[in-house]
Amino acid sequence: MERLPSWVRQHLAALRALLVLTLLTGAIYPLLVTGVAQALFNGKANGSIIEKDGKPVGSSLIGQSFTDADGKPIARYFQSRPSAAGDGYDPTSTSASNLGPEDIIDTLPVPGAKDDEGNPDEGTQSLLTQVCTRSKAVGELEGVSGARPYCTADGVGAVLKVFPDRAVSVNQACPATPFTPTYKGLPVECGKPGEDYAAGRTVPIRGNARAVVPADAVTASGSGLDPHISVAYAELQAPRIARERGLPIDRIRNLINTNTTPRALGFMGEPAVNVLQLNLALDKA
Amino acid sequence: MNPTLAGILFIGALILALALVHRPLGDYMYRVYTSPRHLGVERLMYRLLGVQPDTEQKWSVYARGVLAFSAVSLLVLYGLQRLQDKLFLSVGMEPVTDHIAWNTAVSFVTNTNWQAYSGESTMGYLVQMSGLAVQNFVSAAVGMAVAMALVRGFARKSTDQLGNFWVDLVRGTLRILVPIAFVGAIVLVSGGLIQNFADPHTVNTLAGAQQTITGGPVASQEVIKELGTNGGGFYNANSAHPFENATSWTNWVEIFLILLIPFAMPRTFGKVVGDVRQGYAIVAVMGTLALLSVVLTNTFELAHNGTVPQAVGAAMEGKEARFGIMNSATFGAATTLTSTGAVNSFHDSYTALGGMMTMFNMMLGEVAPGGVGAGLYGMLMLAVITVFVAGLMVGRTPEYLGKKIGSREIKFAALYFLTTPILVLVGTALAMASPEHRASMLNTGPHGLSEVLYAFTSASNNNGSAFGGLTVNTPWYDVALGLAMLFGRFLPIIFVLGLAGSLARQSPVPASAGTLPTHRPQFVGMVVGVTVILVALTFLPALALGPLAEGLQ
Repeated sequence: MERLPSWVRQHLAALRALLVLTLLTGAIYPLLVTGVAQALFNGKANGSIIEKDGKPVGSSLIGQSFTDADGKPIARYFQSRPSAAGDGYDPTSTSASNLGPEDIIDTLPVPGAKDDEGNPDEGTQSLLTQVCTRSKAVGELEGVSGARPYCTADGVGAVLKVFPDRAVSVNQACPATPFTPTYKGLPVECGKPGEDYAAGRTVPIRGNARAVVPADAVTASGSGLDPHISVAYAELQAPRIARERGLPIDRIRNLINTNTTPRALGFMGEPAVNVLQLNLALDKA
Repeated sequence: MNPTLAGILFIGALILALALVHRPLGDYMYRVYTSPRHLGVERLMYRLLGVQPDTEQKWSVYARGVLAFSAVSLLVLYGLQRLQDKLFLSVGMEPVTDHIAWNTAVSFVTNTNWQAYSGESTMGYLVQMSGLAVQNFVSAAVGMAVAMALVRGFARKSTDQLGNFWVDLVRGTLRILVPIAFVGAIVLVSGGLIQNFADPHTVNTLAGAQQTITGGPVASQEVIKELGTNGGGFYNANSAHPFENATSWTNWVEIFLILLIPFAMPRTFGKVVGDVRQGYAIVAVMGTLALLSVVLTNTFELAHNGTVPQAVGAAMEGKEARFGIMNSATFGAATTLTSTGAVNSFHDSYTALGGMMTMFNMMLGEVAPGGVGAGLYGMLMLAVITVFVAGLMVGRTPEYLGKKIGSREIKFAALYFLTTPILVLVGTALAMASPEHRASMLNTGPHGLSEVLYAFTSASNNNGSAFGGLTVNTPWYDVALGLAMLFGRFLPIIFVLGLAGSLARQSPVPASAGTLPTHRPQFVGMVVGVTVILVALTFLPALALGPLAEGLQ
């Protein structure tokens, strides 16, 4: 040992230090935590699994999609928020959309065109159009107005590309009727798929719509697994649930109340309704 | 309660809690790093290491210890990832690709925890628990050790001895990080974080589909991820994932853990240099910058300017319902003000100016309050630069804590400050110069530039959070960001230790009428000013092309 050059000795000490500290922090510590956690908080340490009729149906902390095989909302269940995790609420692929606040221009699908893998070209929806589409769909499902600022009546982002002689509603694929016939005296055209409008000036049009559908109903969460919706979104859905299930609306409102997690200590976070627990309670009602 | 009031109380409760604990914790850490006595288990560890705990080291030996330990850590962590399928507890994961394994190994050894991979589909439990989480502990302990060496440089006179790296490393881990982490982990499990070794298993959901419920030793890793200002999540969604951050109050606890040690270290500094007022001055600088940033981030997110946030009616994209806007913004500010980089909401979808704040926080150089250890030594470097600037104004040799800031000292401080901007700006320029690397951007226009600028800012400052849209698991980004993290961590450490060495050699000059007092509000204001001006001068052109161009349309 003493005869080794000092730099070798130093690295040997480093390796030993790493091994000793790995034993401490990478084995003893996590195992000890696991032991105590399993003993004291067994249910929570194992994922807060909820059972129905003796079978696990999920975790009270992990959101689920309440849609049928075609992805259509199941009308007798409260609906969760949109999700960017895989095909929706996939815990093996957690994710946010990561789209920015000015992501407002779609790439329209070109009819008949194929992508590299031979699938039909589906284009890319901007975040704005996703928000507008969701808002319109939620409005239709709940029988309220799905209109929003910066959205067209057909549920895409109301965005113009303005050129000296004309303006183009870039998210409305032809033959759609543009949401406004003129912009500052210029004629407005529908968007031609595949055409490059990058040279135009981008002008989103706010319009005078007021949103009825709550914010959390039209946005994807950070994890893609958000188990909650806002109280406002739950209340928006209550009349539909009451109708579908033939239950009085007050009963539904009661269930929403009992499945709402209030702010911790009165000031932490936001009140939020646990969708899976609420739907389970409905099934029992 | 009104949501804005609740959000303000949330911040107020954090400030109150930190104010209550920073003194006892700072005093405790002072005793840990200065006590001559070794615990029995520590003596055993030193014997296993083959080191003499009572011999002290000069700065170059101390630095070689840091580098040797980090180099060995890098190799072992790389190997562990590449061989995970041959070892146990891999839960069926394939060996990690070479460039991702390199990037991840550098990332965790440098306390960055940039994640080019998705945890739930790449890393088995063994790599997470005995590779990544171990580095969460020891890289934090290395940062604290280096900070203590610098503090000893200020406190000691006419010596070349700065302490013993192995002792600092072992004590920081064993006496500070492990006990707090253990208690914190149990607290977090009580809130719903998981802690098990179950394989991922499938359940039939209420709607009749299938869902895979993941498992893992999450809580034990989550707590040190925050406490050690590391930030690398067990899952891709990081602290937004309900298994990593189950409730609105675990969210508070996690922010508290992030800020706990960085805000207590100035107290330790004050005790070691024998004047707690010096520590209060440093903590005041950190606190001022942090509070300004938290308030601005919250304000921008609440105002929700920008087309999509206006259409939605709130900056809710990428945020969890249980946290809401303000608690997400507060987490976002805390995680970037420290070098943590954990996220409970996705910065890429923040408003343009809110997202800019998270980037600006990192550009401050991770000093307000910065990473564990790294924040203190970074802030002391800025204090050195400040007394130098002040000295130039009045035309006398600057001094700080009785030590002259001569040409050798200011060279180390200047090199320290220049390292990260060079890495950030050169790295971003290289990426933007190539169409192939530009193609990694998810968003177009100024927001795309923000994604790349954010990536290099985050890597070079060892933060590790991301504007997640950028596709970074390409060989070029993995290697380039890996190098940015490596140089962004170890070059500054060498300059810090070099400065510590030359400070320790000096004998203190007695304070005179011309000495700038460094414990008064005047000095606090000067350090805040110097920090903001330096950062603004360095990064304003880049910010103007990215988030400012987007946000001020």
